[in-house]
Amino acid sequence: MVEERSLLSKVGNGLNVVLLILITLLCLLPVWYTLVISLSDKAPVAAGQVFAWPKQFTFGSYMAIMEDPQFFRSFWISVQRVVYGAVITFIVVLLMAYPLSKSSDEFKPRNVIMWLLVFCMLFNGGLVPWFMTMRDIGLINNIWGLVLGGGLPVFNVILVMNYFRNLPKEMEESALMDGAGPWRILLGIYLPLAKPVMATILIFTVVGHWNEFFQALVLMNKNENYPLQSYIRQVAVVVNTSQMDAETAKRMTSLSNQTLNAAKIFISMLPLLVIYPFFQKYFVKGITLGSVKG
Amino acid sequence: MRNKAFYKHYYLMLLPGLLWLFFVNILPMHGILMAFKDFNAGMGVFRSPWVGLDNFRYMFELDDSRIIFKNTIFIALLKMVGNLIVPLIFALMLNEVRHRLFTRSVQTAVYLPHFLSWVIVAGIMLDIFSYTGPVNRLLSSFGVEPLLFFAKPELFPALVVASDIWKEFGFAAIIFFSALTSINPEMYEAAAIDGASQFKRLTQITLPSIVPVVVLVGTLSMGNILNAGFDQIFNLYNPTVYSTGDIIDTWVYRAGLIDMQYGLATAVGLLKSVVGFVMISITYGLAYRFANYRIF
Repeated sequence: MVEERSLLSKVGNGLNVVLLILITLLCLLPVWYTLVISLSDKAPVAAGQVFAWPKQFTFGSYMAIMEDPQFFRSFWISVQRVVYGAVITFIVVLLMAYPLSKSSDEFKPRNVIMWLLVFCMLFNGGLVPWFMTMRDIGLINNIWGLVLGGGLPVFNVILVMNYFRNLPKEMEESALMDGAGPWRILLGIYLPLAKPVMATILIFTVVGHWNEFFQALVLMNKNENYPLQSYIRQVAVVVNTSQMDAETAKRMTSLSNQTLNAAKIFISMLPLLVIYPFFQKYFVKGITLGSVKG
Repeated sequence: MRNKAFYKHYYLMLLPGLLWLFFVNILPMHGILMAFKDFNAGMGVFRSPWVGLDNFRYMFELDDSRIIFKNTIFIALLKMVGNLIVPLIFALMLNEVRHRLFTRSVQTAVYLPHFLSWVIVAGIMLDIFSYTGPVNRLLSSFGVEPLLFFAKPELFPALVVASDIWKEFGFAAIIFFSALTSINPEMYEAAAIDGASQFKRLTQITLPSIVPVVVLVGTLSMGNILNAGFDQIFNLYNPTVYSTGDIIDTWVYRAGLIDMQYGLATAVGLLKSVVGFVMISITYGLAYRFANYRIF
């Protein structure tokens, strides 16, 4: 397309690109800053001399983590939680979505169950009743409390159900003609077709479980049982110098350890940063799947 | 009919999910009774004495409740507006760039913060805004006295809203990107042939085309009027900023699980749940009526 471009529009477009680059940097900067701090020596960091590039480059902080058994214990608890949570969510959501994708003519109770699910998604008893119930059914000080404590992921069920509903009916019809039962149809036909949507909910489940920190604060009596995020909150957020004056801050900085905390924060982000480029296309698809539907 | 024979299989498939729903989502609802009782741990929920609406009456007499409701709505409203306008402007800006590699790279970078937990973001923020942190160093190079950012009640809501927008604007823009790419390119070509400037095309084609999506997103976000963001504020606040930063959820946590005022905390939590439920139902109803939006 041949197009006459005025000077004004050239300047405008240039300015636009510069602004977009600045916005992009603003999003990456905190991650970079954390990495820089974690690779610097304690002294220049405490003196406030480190910003864009490591000073007195060292892996000391990462070495120090190696000697912190609690970090590894918490890391391992997070890994277990993510794996159990992802597997259970995958199976439960897949199994629920199929019968609910039937019309109410094919499966009468379908609409009642859907409304029950939506009600439970939008309404809850609040924090205190939740905590008491979790305690009464024995999910305190127990990894299963962390895996199941968030409740049934209703939104994911709806997402997968809607996906199933938009698949052509003929495939199921012909499988039925061949004598396939519901399990064969779900596992042999629907599941392979549902790969994109199942990948999407898997990603959100993994990220959700990895990042969740609050349930452990409430459900775990001992800090040793904390997953990684709760542990990091304990060392990097609760003991923080931000609301202290210069004098106390200086005293606290010598006690707390900025470079060590930065290294811990960076390691906890690392699994996400590594897999992030691979799952980008799935979550973009997932968002549009969930929002634009007929 | 064949489907009748399938019913037992369907129920079997639903069973694990329904059990999960029953134990973790539904069973806790019996605890709502605590809001109307003088809860005594020894007697349990059912045998504790009824007190009618005493917990609610007490709630309205507390100064705390006025403050937390005000803070919650104030912060949530600012977030609703900011998280609608900033992603929209950002999506429009990026839409003007035609270089694929550039737009893809920018998108990859701006989605990232959404996937970081608030523990991580708070940990980094408290560091960056600390007394000796980079922000204060930057300010002092302009001759401004260092500030204790997170000890200033008047700054706290702004920091909370700004950091929330920083974390979510990229991700929130995804839905606008998808709306923008579905605009028929022939319209732009026709407009270009008619001599419409780039600015004209933005205001006459692009904006009108995505108004429905903007209205839909804005409407649905109103269901969050009482969600000021527990995970975020819980990690950023401290007692010096309770006056502007304490919200319903953080207060319920402290009153219920730290101070063990079970009845009162349950009552406040219940009020929030009910108002939130009503708000979301209304917005879903509106979205269904006017945009044909359905969740199932």
